[in-house]
Amino acid sequence: MADNNKNPHDCPDTGHEWDGIRELTNPPPRWWTIALYLSGLLVLVYFILYPSLPLVTGNTKGVLGWTQINEYKEDMEKIEAKRAPFEDRIEAMSAAEVLEDDELLRYAVGSSKVLYGDNCAACHGVGGYPQPGSGYPILADDDWLYGGTVEKIIETLAKGRQGMMPAHAELLSEAEVDELVQFVVNNSNGEATEAQWKLYNEKGCVACHGADAKGIQQLGSANLADKVWRFSGEPDEIRHTILHGVNAANDPQTRIAVMPAWNEKLAVRLEAEEYGDDPEEYYEGDETERLSETEIKKLAIYVHQLGGGE
Amino acid sequence: MSEQLKSAEPNINDIYDEVSDWHVNAGGSKVVAKRMSGRFRRLKWFGMSVWLIFFIGPYLRWDGKQAILFDIPNRQFNFLDITIFPQDIWMLSLTLLFFAILLAAVTSIAGRVFCGYFCFQTVWTDVFTFIETRLEGDTPQKAMKFKNAPLSVSKISRITLKHTLWLAIALLTGVTFAAWFTDAYQLWHDFFTLQASLAAWIVLGMFTVGTYVFAGFMREQVCFWLCPYARLQGVMYDQDTVLPAYDAERGEPRGKLKKGAVDSSKGSCIDCKVCVAVCPTGIDIRKGQQEGCITCGMCIDACDSIMDKTNQPRGLIRYASYKDLHHNAAPAALYKRPRVLIYSFILMIALSGVGYGFATLSTTEFQVIHNRQPVFVQLSDGSIQNRYTLKMLNKTHEAMEVKYAISGLDGATLHGIDESVIIEPGKVIPLQALVRIPDDKLNTELEHLTFIANVVSKPDISVQYESIFMGPK
Repeated sequence: MADNNKNPHDCPDTGHEWDGIRELTNPPPRWWTIALYLSGLLVLVYFILYPSLPLVTGNTKGVLGWTQINEYKEDMEKIEAKRAPFEDRIEAMSAAEVLEDDELLRYAVGSSKVLYGDNCAACHGVGGYPQPGSGYPILADDDWLYGGTVEKIIETLAKGRQGMMPAHAELLSEAEVDELVQFVVNNSNGEATEAQWKLYNEKGCVACHGADAKGIQQLGSANLADKVWRFSGEPDEIRHTILHGVNAANDPQTRIAVMPAWNEKLAVRLEAEEYGDDPEEYYEGDETERLSETEIKKLAIYVHQLGGGE
Repeated sequence: MSEQLKSAEPNINDIYDEVSDWHVNAGGSKVVAKRMSGRFRRLKWFGMSVWLIFFIGPYLRWDGKQAILFDIPNRQFNFLDITIFPQDIWMLSLTLLFFAILLAAVTSIAGRVFCGYFCFQTVWTDVFTFIETRLEGDTPQKAMKFKNAPLSVSKISRITLKHTLWLAIALLTGVTFAAWFTDAYQLWHDFFTLQASLAAWIVLGMFTVGTYVFAGFMREQVCFWLCPYARLQGVMYDQDTVLPAYDAERGEPRGKLKKGAVDSSKGSCIDCKVCVAVCPTGIDIRKGQQEGCITCGMCIDACDSIMDKTNQPRGLIRYASYKDLHHNAAPAALYKRPRVLIYSFILMIALSGVGYGFATLSTTEFQVIHNRQPVFVQLSDGSIQNRYTLKMLNKTHEAMEVKYAISGLDGATLHGIDESVIIEPGKVIPLQALVRIPDDKLNTELEHLTFIANVVSKPDISVQYESIFMGPK
C-alpha cells in the first residue's frame, strides 16, 4: 500500500506511547480490507437466502426455501426416477418372467439386498444363513420346507408360516424316543433299519413326514432323509424336538417356528385365484400389507437365488 | 563499522535506516516491467510456446474420437487408442510423482526453471502485460504518464481494448480447459447455443475469472503470497545450483557513470537499475537471492545490454552457482551430487512404473469375491456349496461375450452361470456363482480353485482368478 509505511519514523500514530513504543495507525492492506467486507456481505446474503434466525415459533425460512429434508427428498426422487423403468417392468411381470430376464434379475437381486437386510436378515441372517442354533431356517441351501419355486416363496412371504409338530413327551416311551432319534440320525445317511422304519410308521410320524420321510411341502414338514437339519442334527437336540414338538400348545419347552405374514391381502388374493374365485369376496378388510406386492416379488427372487433356486 | 564500535550504545533506530528502502509490495503498487529483447527473452517465448499444446490438444482427433479426453462422467481417461480406467489410476500417481520430482530435480540443478519459463502464472501474466505495455507504455514512467493523463477517447478506447483482449484470452483459456474433459467441438457448440451443462459453465466461469484476475491484476503477487512452490525452492537449492545472480565482487561498489564513462575507481555496476526495471516481479537482483525471483533471466538480458554499451564484459548478472560466485569454483559434476542422484533414481522408478503399466495394460479386469455370509452351506445331498461374486470389467471398445469355468478342485461343479454373458465396453457385470462339491471329495476345510473367464469371440483373452473354497472342519 502506498500509505503503508514500514518506517515508524514518519508514520502517523494514535498518540499512545508506552515506554517509547508508539501505537501506529498503519491500515491493513486494501485487498485484505476488501476481502473482509466481502466476507461480511457473503454472510448477509447467506442470511437472507437460507434459514438463519431462530425465533420463538420457528426459524426464518430464507428466500430460497431450502431445507435439508427437501434436499434429501429431491435426491431420493432422482434415484426413484432412475429405478422407475426397472420397477415398472418388475411390477408388470410375473416373478418367473423376471427370472428369465438377465438384466432385470440383476436389478431385482441388487436392489433387494437392502430390503432383505431390513426385513429378513434379523432372523434368517445376512446371506440367508441364520445364527447356528437360533432355529431359523437356512435360506442359502437347497432344502425348501414349503417349496422353493419363486411362486411358493411369494406365498410363504405373503401369508407367513407356522410350523407345527405335536409334543411326544407323553405319547412315547423313553425307549421309543431313543429309537426314533437314532432313526432320524441314521436316515439322514440313508442307513435306517427295518425296525426303525416300522416304529416311524407305527408312531404316526409318517402322517406328516411322509412315507419316504422326505417331508410334505403342503404341510411344511421337515425332510428327514437329507443332510439339512431344520433345527439341529445333534441327538440331544433331535430328542428335544421329538419330546416337545414345534409350536405345540401347552408345552413351554416347545420349539418356536413362526414367520409373520408380510402381505395378507396378497395372500388372500393368491388363495382366491387358486380356487378361481373373485378375491373381493375373500377380503375381510383388515388384511395387513407390511410389504408391497412388488417388494414381495423382489424378495422372493432374492431368496430364490440365494441357494441356487428350485 | 568503526564508527559503530566507538559508540558505546548504538542507536537502535539505525536498524530502520538500514532497511529504510526495504520495500514490500503487497499489491499496492503495480509492477510495470520494461520489456527488452535478449537471449533469455527468446528462451522465455520458447518455453511459453509449450502451452500451445494446451490450446491445440483438445481438438486433435484419433479414430473419430477426441485423442486425449479426461472422461470424468464415464470414469475413464482416453489417450489415442488406450483407455485408462480407475483400476489403473496408480499410473497417474506415478506420472504425477514423476513431474513432482522432475520439478525438484530441475530446481536443484538450474533453479526455478519452471517458474521462469513454463509456469502458467508467468506465461499468462507475460501475455497480459505484453498487451498492457503495448497499449499503455512499456516503462513505469510511460505507464504512470498514461495513468495520470486526462480522460480522452484514446485513453478510454485503449483501456477498453486491453480489458477486452484480456477477457478474450481468459474466456479462451476457460473453454480450452473445459474442452479436455468433454468433446471439444460439441462443447463450443453447446456454449454458443447456451446448452452447455452446469459443470461446463462453472468451469468456464471459474477459469475466466481466475485467468482475468490472476494474470491481469494479481500477477507477481501470486508468486509472492499464494504459491507454495516459491517458498519451497529454498530447500531444493544447494551451493551448486546455478541461478541468475549478481556478481557483487565485480560489481561493487556500484557507481554512476562519470562524464559518460565507467568510473574506474568503482565496480562494474553503473547503478542504472535497468535490471530492476525489467524484473516482472519487481525485485532487485543485486540484493541477492530472494523469494520473489522466478529466475526468468530478464535481468541478465538487461545487464548484458548495458555491459555492451559501456564496453565492459558481459556477465555481471549471470547464471552462476554459489560456489562460482564466492569460491570461483566450478559446480560439481551432476553424478557427484547426492540430491541429483536421488532425484534421478526416483524419476527412473516412476518412469519405469508407468512404462510397465502401459506395457501390461490388460483388456479386462477379472475379480472373484468369495462370499463370507455364510462361508459355506451344506446341501440336502450333503454336498458343500460356496457362493461367489464374479466381476468382469470390459476395458476394450467392443462388447465381449464371456463364459466362465472353474478348475483346480476335483469334483467341484459350477452352477448359476451356465450361459455366457455379454459385457458392454467399460462396464462391469457382477454375477453370482455357486460352486458345489460332494462332501466326500472335500479333504480339508480350505481348498483352492481357479475361476476362468473365457471371451468367446476372442479366444486369446482368457483371464484367471485364484480363489478359495471353504468347507466344514
